[in-house]
Amino acid sequence: MNNAAAEAREPMVRAVGVHKSYGHVPVLNGLTLDVAGGEVLCLLGPSGSGKSTFLRCINHLEAPDSGYISVAGELIGYREQGEFLVEASERQIARKRAEIGMVFQQFNLFSNKTVLANLTEAPVRVRREPRAEVEERARANLRRVGLADLADRYPGQLSGGQQQRVAIARALTMRPKVMLFDEPTSALDPELVGEVLDVMRDLAADGMTMVVVTHEIGFAREVATRVAFLHHGQIAEIGSPASVIEHPSHERIRAFLTTVR
Amino acid sequence: MSGNPLQAPAAETGRDAALPPPRERKIRHRRHPWRWAGVAVLAVLVAMLAHSFLSDQAFAWGIVGQYLAAGPVMDGLLTTIELTAITMAIGIVGGVLIAAMRLSPNPIMSRVAWFYVWLLRSVPLLVQLLFWYNLGALYPRLSLGVPFGPTFVSAGSNTLISPFTAAILGLGLHEVAYMAEIFRGGILSVPQGQTEAALSLGMTRRGALFRIVLPQAVRVVVPPTGSEVINVVKGSALVSVITLTDLLYSVQKIYAENYRVIPLLIVAVIWYLIVTSVLSAGQYLLERRFGRSLARTPRGGWRPWRQRGIPSEEAL
Repeated sequence: MNNAAAEAREPMVRAVGVHKSYGHVPVLNGLTLDVAGGEVLCLLGPSGSGKSTFLRCINHLEAPDSGYISVAGELIGYREQGEFLVEASERQIARKRAEIGMVFQQFNLFSNKTVLANLTEAPVRVRREPRAEVEERARANLRRVGLADLADRYPGQLSGGQQQRVAIARALTMRPKVMLFDEPTSALDPELVGEVLDVMRDLAADGMTMVVVTHEIGFAREVATRVAFLHHGQIAEIGSPASVIEHPSHERIRAFLTTVR
Repeated sequence: MSGNPLQAPAAETGRDAALPPPRERKIRHRRHPWRWAGVAVLAVLVAMLAHSFLSDQAFAWGIVGQYLAAGPVMDGLLTTIELTAITMAIGIVGGVLIAAMRLSPNPIMSRVAWFYVWLLRSVPLLVQLLFWYNLGALYPRLSLGVPFGPTFVSAGSNTLISPFTAAILGLGLHEVAYMAEIFRGGILSVPQGQTEAALSLGMTRRGALFRIVLPQAVRVVVPPTGSEVINVVKGSALVSVITLTDLLYSVQKIYAENYRVIPLLIVAVIWYLIVTSVLSAGQYLLERRFGRSLARTPRGGWRPWRQRGIPSEEAL
């Protein structure tokens, strides 16, 4: 009955004909895209091209107007019922979201909680995992991003780069299947960008499936398995970093790349 | 290298040696002679006031002292404090609820909450108190049961609604409306990104509100809530119109018998001043407590001798 789920090599993220508009302004125009497990997909494009909106549709922070998105073979925000996609309950959506890590441009660490509490909050409260176990995992993740000794600080006491690394560790502590990065280095001072990209590079090398909205062309060229260039809410070009960045076929992409380089 | 590091770098022309060494120069502060004139004027006014306070027979400080800690006054004070505590408890719990309803995506919830705030803020508190006190005239019997069906429990309104219950209902429900607006402001002051981050980690809207947003809103909510407590202390004096013996009504009862109106009102004033001062101090302590996670200095409380500001990179 459900052929998509039965498929052996199901993509980690599958978007099919995703439309989204704010009022009369269309942002996504039937975006269709597959991301394989272990892949690092970088989304490039001018502002307003729909990159961030698409990312937010993947974990249903924005609901698509039409089309659908599945993660690890399961629909996000809906469940299938015969011919229909029925809107899922808040709790069902929340359960799916817990499997999708997201890193925001503005870090969005919980400013009333210590670094460690930021990491343990969701696994303990949402997943009801034992606190001791979660804390151990959280400390391991803080070590991984190089911030083991800042566990008891509050976010306001950290630099931007440190906050973003904590945000990555917080998402990892939920053991996500996919990680979404929404311009993770755009709010950082130039000298702090490198430390965040290093952590992301390390994640990619570990085989994490990642969808990254970024303006860091260098990172995309070096780390991405594929690069997609978005324009007017559609994929203008997708392929290996070499083909999209070095030899873009579209004039629009060439123009964009000269502005961000 | 020679030269003062604070000086502008020498131009390539090599005039460095030609520049005269900078002189140490003292700063002379401005004087403010008119402030002293202001102090003199105020001193005269305060002296006049104090003289009138102490010499005017109408103040009768002996009587003030006699009644300051009198039994009925203490009972009245206790009632006022009790009313304030219960009203604020209702106000805070109900306020959070109404604010959450108001901000909920559910249109019915949000409109009901809006209507509640509109109604309870629009009708004077005095009128609301009189209304609850006279509820018996509108609904002589109050009962619990199936709507339009059988009733399980029933009681006369006048036995159910004593002056104290009427006061609690009036003050409490009125306070809920104001606290709801204060909490709504507090919730809106927390960046949207906090909720999004919570949702992206799999929390529900309610979980995000109670675990993440509200604790951060408290910092913004404490100062106006402090004013609200003080407002309630003073506003509770209105209950004297529904014959509830609070602080004001207890002194009114006394001066109705001995006609020493001013000294007894001064007794009430002194107690109101004491209670509100204690509350202001409590508010200060609360603000210090909830400011902690946003302070940039590491944990450990207030250390004025330490330099404040952003910790250096080495400190991190």
